Amino acid sequence: MDLSAINPVILIASLMAAATPILLAATGELVVEKSGVLNLGVEGMMITGAICGFAAAVETGSPALGFVAAALGGAALSLIFGFLTQVLMSNQVATGLALTLFGLGLSALIGQGYVGIKPPGTAALNLGPLSDIPVIGRILFSHDLMVYLSLALVAGVWAGLRYTRAGLVLRAVGENHDAAHALGYKVVRLRLAAIAFGGAMAGLGGAYLSLVRVPQWTEGMTAGAGWIALAIVVFASWKAPRVLLGAYLFGGVAVLQLNLQAAGLAVPVEVLSMSPYLVTILVLVIMSADRSRAAINAPASLGRRFHASS
Amino acid sequence: MKLTSILAGAALALGLAGAATAQDKTKVGFVFVGPIGDGGWTYEHNQGRLAVEEEFGDAVETIYQENVPEGADAERVLTQMALSGADLIFTTSFGYMDPTINVAQKFPDVKFEHATGYKRADNVGTYSARFYEGRAVQGHIAGKLTESNIIGYIASFPIPEVIRGINSAYIHAKKANPDVEFKVIWAYTWFDPAKEADAAQALIEQGADVILQHTDSTAPQAAAEKAGDVYTFGQASDMAEYAPMPRVSSIIDNWAPYYIDRVQAVIDGTWESDDTWDGIGPGMVGIGEISSAVPEDVKAEALALKEAIANGDYHPFTGPLNKQDGTAWLAEGETADDGTLLGMNFYVEGLTGSIPQ
Amino acid sequence: MIRLERRPAPSRAWTVATPLLAVALTMVAGGLLFAALGKDPVAAIRTIFWDPLFNDQFAAYSRPQLLVKAGPLILIAIGLSLGFRANIWNIGAEGQYIIGAICGAGVGLAFYPSESWLVFPLMVIAGGLGGWAWAMIPAILKTRFQTNEILVSLLLVYVAEQILASMSLGLMRNPEGGGFPGSRNFQQYPAASNPELIAGTGMHWGVVAAFVAVIGAYVLLNRHMLGFHIRLTGQSPRAARFAGVRPTRLVLFCLGASGALAGLAGLFEVSGPAGQISIDFNQGYGFTAIIVAFLGRLHPVGILLAGLLMALTYIGGELAQFMLGLPAAAIQLFQGMLLFFLLGVDVLSNFRIRLGRREAA
Repeated sequence: MDLSAINPVILIASLMAAATPILLAATGELVVEKSGVLNLGVEGMMITGAICGFAAAVETGSPALGFVAAALGGAALSLIFGFLTQVLMSNQVATGLALTLFGLGLSALIGQGYVGIKPPGTAALNLGPLSDIPVIGRILFSHDLMVYLSLALVAGVWAGLRYTRAGLVLRAVGENHDAAHALGYKVVRLRLAAIAFGGAMAGLGGAYLSLVRVPQWTEGMTAGAGWIALAIVVFASWKAPRVLLGAYLFGGVAVLQLNLQAAGLAVPVEVLSMSPYLVTILVLVIMSADRSRAAINAPASLGRRFHASS
Repeated sequence: MKLTSILAGAALALGLAGAATAQDKTKVGFVFVGPIGDGGWTYEHNQGRLAVEEEFGDAVETIYQENVPEGADAERVLTQMALSGADLIFTTSFGYMDPTINVAQKFPDVKFEHATGYKRADNVGTYSARFYEGRAVQGHIAGKLTESNIIGYIASFPIPEVIRGINSAYIHAKKANPDVEFKVIWAYTWFDPAKEADAAQALIEQGADVILQHTDSTAPQAAAEKAGDVYTFGQASDMAEYAPMPRVSSIIDNWAPYYIDRVQAVIDGTWESDDTWDGIGPGMVGIGEISSAVPEDVKAEALALKEAIANGDYHPFTGPLNKQDGTAWLAEGETADDGTLLGMNFYVEGLTGSIPQ
Repeated sequence: MIRLERRPAPSRAWTVATPLLAVALTMVAGGLLFAALGKDPVAAIRTIFWDPLFNDQFAAYSRPQLLVKAGPLILIAIGLSLGFRANIWNIGAEGQYIIGAICGAGVGLAFYPSESWLVFPLMVIAGGLGGWAWAMIPAILKTRFQTNEILVSLLLVYVAEQILASMSLGLMRNPEGGGFPGSRNFQQYPAASNPELIAGTGMHWGVVAAFVAVIGAYVLLNRHMLGFHIRLTGQSPRAARFAGVRPTRLVLFCLGASGALAGLAGLFEVSGPAGQISIDFNQGYGFTAIIVAFLGRLHPVGILLAGLLMALTYIGGELAQFMLGLPAAAIQLFQGMLLFFLLGVDVLSNFRIRLGRREAA
């Protein structure tokens, strides 16, 4: 065993890339849940974004257009969920799961002609001398644009929810939709917007996998990342900065366990393989056991149906 | 009364299965474990199916079902295929072994071909590919190319097929370069491209400059391309889109000749249950073009090795070989028997780490 | 202008009619999809909904298979519905299903090659206990540390999958299997197997258990104090507290019951239709059961019907794939559509559609 082969600086740099798809999807889902809607269809929206982005990038030769298409595709799919749950008031849990099934099928159909193709490369951002700074350069200035964009989006969502009027209204709708409605806010319209944002973010996360991380199209390639994103939102107790913490923690342990394997650590592989899940549970238990800080943060109207009956 | 009529119906349906096959077209079924768009294992089996259609045209009708889970669902799918009048059914994953045998008992007139298993019956044959022959060629090239003397290996689950590949690659890398060291990462999943990318990244960061993979996605190729000076090999399909660098060669699953041959046998009425384990020679295992990134002399050696394996002059598991714990396995000049290879669950001497149990 | 007006009570007529309407709408939309893929829409719809039940060639075999496929879905969904009614969210039935199968199979394999009739009952107990114990992890973490049960139960699915892989490759590997992964096959181990009880009916102990669970849940929810507490907690947690409901016990009961039923489903599956522990033994029943539970409106009889309908689309979908050459993806899409319509038209049983402007009362 040679643990010195693991360079912590490189480890942090690679966990940031590894966690980006989950981070994007989880940030989107955070906004959706803050508005009081539980959309379990993240996996379906991610994979739809993955193929929309891949197809658009291959057809146009532009990864940037691919990401735009991925966001649009994810948002469009999420609006099916939005229409059913907000207008027809269907059950959110079941509709979200159905959306996953639908998205997996749809993406596979769209993707039939795209197996075995290499997408146009996403150029690494050249930050010149900044990336040559020891330690910090590698961690902070050696990534592609989407990594920075994902961080900016987390910060934007955090600030938006906290300091803007729209964020305040969104949270109000999520806490008590009847009161928000009585105050004259358009509950359904706001929620539809939040759902579409969540879909777009999940789509971006999927496209990061198919265009940058892997990059390839194969059916079912998200392989459960959407579910992890859902877990991360709960882990974060609906706070944006903790979404970042959760995604990087999960991604970090996932990357670390592979590094430990390569370094020949004498721990059974199956234990290492389950470590990201166990560590996430353990950290959540520790954080939620501290009662003073563990305010139950779930939006009060989460998952409940809303009907303007007046 | 209702129950008895159902029972009678079942008996009737099972009895009629033979009669239903009496059509002029030969019907060939394929059961796939993944989607045909997986770009790897199932994709290549489906290419074989398409080759059968091409070869026989109107004389043959092929049917297939993708994404069939192993276990109860497989048994139902197989039964329904047999009921629909299939004459020959290829079941293309190890986990279909017991369901194939069960269904074959109920349909003695339908022929079955099960991939990578070991249970046979009068109407069940087995087939598999000696991918370890291709691994030997890869191992040789990898041993010659590596400068850090660290070769990374991304494996799925510790099953005999995968362990055989690691051993074969290691033996030949070691022969080409005595200082070589293998780092193995077990992904513990059949399919998760993002995890493969992370595994490749981890191996590269720990000094590996050649990466072998027993997983089907191109994620490791992309990671190597990004790193710049890392060599990889295509797996299952050629992955030529990454040639000449980082992909310097590949192992290609080529089921088409075998499928065409077996369908022909059913048409001719000469089909018999047997056990086929073909390698480079008959073309079931293809070696993708060795790219210009490999020095000419190494390429020539690799091709000579491939030739020697293909015509039977050389067996990749030829003694003297010891097991990892130092106990003797094969004496000088002795070659491994197929039984040991099929169930291989040990490393050869020199490999570090242990096989997860 | 179209407007929805809440009905004072759900319409009985629409409650019956909406599923039929949804199926009809799915046939139209699905038919368009299949036509767009270049297949005969009428044939495709007939193959999915009609052939598994009535086709001369298949029905005698496919019809009983409905029970085999629906059994575990119903058994798991019944357990989940109890918790869902009380707002206790067990999303990890898949994990409990796996652990139940491993524990039950483990007991069976430990006694190999016993011929005692006791082996199978012991396996059943072990399977139920295994699923129960796995569900107790989120339950205890929730009651002791307020840890969210959605996250814990969901992540434990992945842990269970790793344990499953490890078991199939190591401890439970068939010693006569030539080094290949997977346990002994219970179909060749009579004392531990769960065969078809009456040939040609598809009935095995797991299907029996599913029916018993449907009846049990019905009685519990309608005739028993605990059932009343569950329903009350779901409708109004505050009222429940006044009525003397102890939330901790309710969490332990609901998660425990759903875990035990999922574990039983796993045990009956591994000892019966699936036959053995293998790396890919689980195939998503635990997640599909969540849809089944809600499709059945969390009502035991509804779940029974929803489970059978899901099973029909699976089996019919299989037939459509190889009879008509439809890709599996199209079937998935079709199933998604069916669920969308079923969930969407439900609005008609709770609301009245009004056309025109809002009238002054």
